Amino acid sequence: MSVDFNIKVGGEAGQGLQTIGQILSKTFLRGGFHVFGTQFYLSRIRGGHNYYQARISDNPIKAITEDVNLLIALDKASIDKHFDELSGGVVLVDKDKVKVDNDDKSIFHVPFTKIAEDVGGKIYTNTVAVGAALGLLCYNFDMLKEVLNDTFSKKGDEIVNKNIEAASSGYNYAQENYEGKCHYELESPGSSQKRMLITGNEAVALGALASGIKFISAYPMTPSTGVLNYIAANADRFGVVAEQAEDEISALNMSIGASFAGARSMVTTSGGGFSLMVEAVGLSGITETPVVIFLGQRPGPATGLPTMTEQGDLEFVLHAAQGEFPRCVFAPKTPEDAFYLTSKAFNMADKYQTPAFIMSDQYLADSEFTCEKFDASKISIERHLLTESNEAEQDKEYKRYKFTSSGISPRALPGQFSSLVVADSDEHDEYGHIDQTIDNRIKINEKRLNKLEGLKMEMSEPEIYGSDSADITLIGWGSTYGTLTETVDILRNKGVDINLVQFNEVYPLPESVKNILNKACSSDLICVENNATGQFSRVLKVETGVSVTGHVLKYDGKPFTPRYIIHELESKGVLQ
Amino acid sequence: MTTKDDYKNEVEIEWCPGCGNFGILTSVKNALSELDIPPHKVLMVSGIGQSGKLPHYLRCNVFNGLHGRTLPTATGAKISNHDLNVIAVGGDGDMYGEGGNHFVHAIRRNPDITVIVHDNQIYGLTKGQASPTSDIGMKTKVQKHGVMHTPFNSLATAISLDCTFVSRGFAGDVKHLSGLIKQAIEHKGLSLVDILQPCVTFNRLNTFKWYKERVYKLEETGYKPDDKTRAFEKSMEWGDNIPIGVFYRKDDKPTFEDKLPVLDSAPLINLGTDPSMVDELMEEFMSATNR
Repeated sequence: MSVDFNIKVGGEAGQGLQTIGQILSKTFLRGGFHVFGTQFYLSRIRGGHNYYQARISDNPIKAITEDVNLLIALDKASIDKHFDELSGGVVLVDKDKVKVDNDDKSIFHVPFTKIAEDVGGKIYTNTVAVGAALGLLCYNFDMLKEVLNDTFSKKGDEIVNKNIEAASSGYNYAQENYEGKCHYELESPGSSQKRMLITGNEAVALGALASGIKFISAYPMTPSTGVLNYIAANADRFGVVAEQAEDEISALNMSIGASFAGARSMVTTSGGGFSLMVEAVGLSGITETPVVIFLGQRPGPATGLPTMTEQGDLEFVLHAAQGEFPRCVFAPKTPEDAFYLTSKAFNMADKYQTPAFIMSDQYLADSEFTCEKFDASKISIERHLLTESNEAEQDKEYKRYKFTSSGISPRALPGQFSSLVVADSDEHDEYGHIDQTIDNRIKINEKRLNKLEGLKMEMSEPEIYGSDSADITLIGWGSTYGTLTETVDILRNKGVDINLVQFNEVYPLPESVKNILNKACSSDLICVENNATGQFSRVLKVETGVSVTGHVLKYDGKPFTPRYIIHELESKGVLQ
Repeated sequence: MTTKDDYKNEVEIEWCPGCGNFGILTSVKNALSELDIPPHKVLMVSGIGQSGKLPHYLRCNVFNGLHGRTLPTATGAKISNHDLNVIAVGGDGDMYGEGGNHFVHAIRRNPDITVIVHDNQIYGLTKGQASPTSDIGMKTKVQKHGVMHTPFNSLATAISLDCTFVSRGFAGDVKHLSGLIKQAIEHKGLSLVDILQPCVTFNRLNTFKWYKERVYKLEETGYKPDDKTRAFEKSMEWGDNIPIGVFYRKDDKPTFEDKLPVLDSAPLINLGTDPSMVDELMEEFMSATNR
């Protein structure tokens, strides 16, 4: 029988939920399980009610679920808010510290704090809780020991040993005091395959480092900051300069300056910060300076819900900045996809000399996915620069914006040759100097826009999941992939004729999309999006002429679950 | 040997006849050729306004970017390839208005770039509104009752932020200005050259004559630019007497580039990448190492 187990850790900000959650997740990962960790947090450093949820399975996990089998309650709100989510599970709580009105027998008191104090101090409370949780599951304690050792080794042997002692005391307490010893017995599947537990943000950062990023400038903004943090932490090792800008306007202009002079450059932000970058997006467009823009979406407008998720910025990204110029937009499905698409974004930005976007969201950015190791040998760095060997190709006077049929002008870097490189945000001639004549404007505007045709050919087709053709076709883009594939799996097991078309390269769309959708769908074409108005379905209509027959939308700041989607399909009459 | 002609670009110059910008253009050419810097080793980054056109009238690498954003772009380019001589050019609206925040933070970063500000105390390209440096009381189409707000004192601001080269020139004294720009380019660190630049069309108050009657050279008074407090005091002087020259300089402060160890071996653009280096990082996600 396969394992599908869910642990929720609830408490106030500052109580160390994430640490408990991550230690648990890593302990199960080490045992060979697939683990999926998500966090729900408020925009505050202390107080409030936050939670971390880990789903554990011996099969790959694609989505989160509403069910909870074990709730570790560090505050009263955890019980008040999540008790109903328990499906035959147990609540672990320290009644000495948390007032519990509920006398249900699923509530199991473990004196976390008292045990911790006996070991050496309140600081070990969370480790006691982790130990108790694993004791309740009769999970191999050695796995936890190894994880604690790795986690605390930098702090010295004494801290490691105290944590192990605390965990062990919690573990034994649960074993000795829980009626019937083990609530569930979670036996490690064991696996020779080592897997990673990694967030979408970390995968983007790894992708950027593998792709030869040399410069990143950003103003911190949830939920994008993880990318900046990770690249900055490894900057010296990889020969990267990471600069925190005074604002997002500076961040993008700085990256464009760095890119103009030759460094592969990137900015990271969320919707509010991107709003400030908009003018510089056009600067990248008209000066034809490559830059990669990572946008971690959260619900807007303005400050919105800073720590929650949404797919509400697609049309904004497509239309940001005045005038018309090419751009491309990638929306990774998973961390693995994020790794490879980040590399593609850099290559496309360099080849087409345009801004390239990577659109993620808080759900993909912060959730911890179990992944196989990414294959760095698949990464190729394609700069498309004039080098000394082909310097001969250059005109005596270098034309930065030379007219070509593809619209791509050979790109030289300033200072590398005796030729001069001139770029301008004003409309300009082939040399890059200001030119306000009408004939030139028409020609150079067309040159820039011609690049879109080439870009279109570069974009991959969407993935079809399930059968090639079905009565019901779901359409999704970006991070909803896992949830939608699980939804399709559940429904197909029930005999529903359903498939999924998932887009991860969302603009420009390849020509073939119309045929693909016509072939995949025989009746209902339902677009599933984490926003209120169905933005991608509108893009699809404009770009391909295909109209969807219905929507499943969600804009409450939380990600989809299969159950929610199925319920919506039922209530709309799509599922009988 | 680089000559002034190497920097000469045969294009139509769109400035008004008699504009103070001509003096600045000549001074920049003088400074670069006298320092024997070949044009392809120079990157001029400009913003928008009449000043933003200056690089187009020269032969060198040019990035004519957005209004107010010259300093971030110039900083990015300098970090990317510190072998380039990066010169940022803008007007008072560019550097002190739209880009005021960047002005502050660029000084804090202290990249080795030269910042040239065409300070004509008026908005020329939009035909005559007040600028952040307009004198109180100046009447314009927008400021009907005269400018009400305290002028932005860029020199005092720069000194307070420990800018390592703070100077003021006058477009009407090309020889003096050429010398200032030369010193600014040679200086390691962010160097500010604020230039009194008469706008012959829209500024009827601060004319060539007005400036000429008031400016005096600091170096001719025995002034030494090595004391911050004194420099600060001098930067406040405005009215019947207006000092020009170097107000403050400090030669031992590390630049932004100096503080970046990755730039020790070579410019950033010459550092290679081996994608397989991420394999090691991925191992860290497999163990339980705290991250």
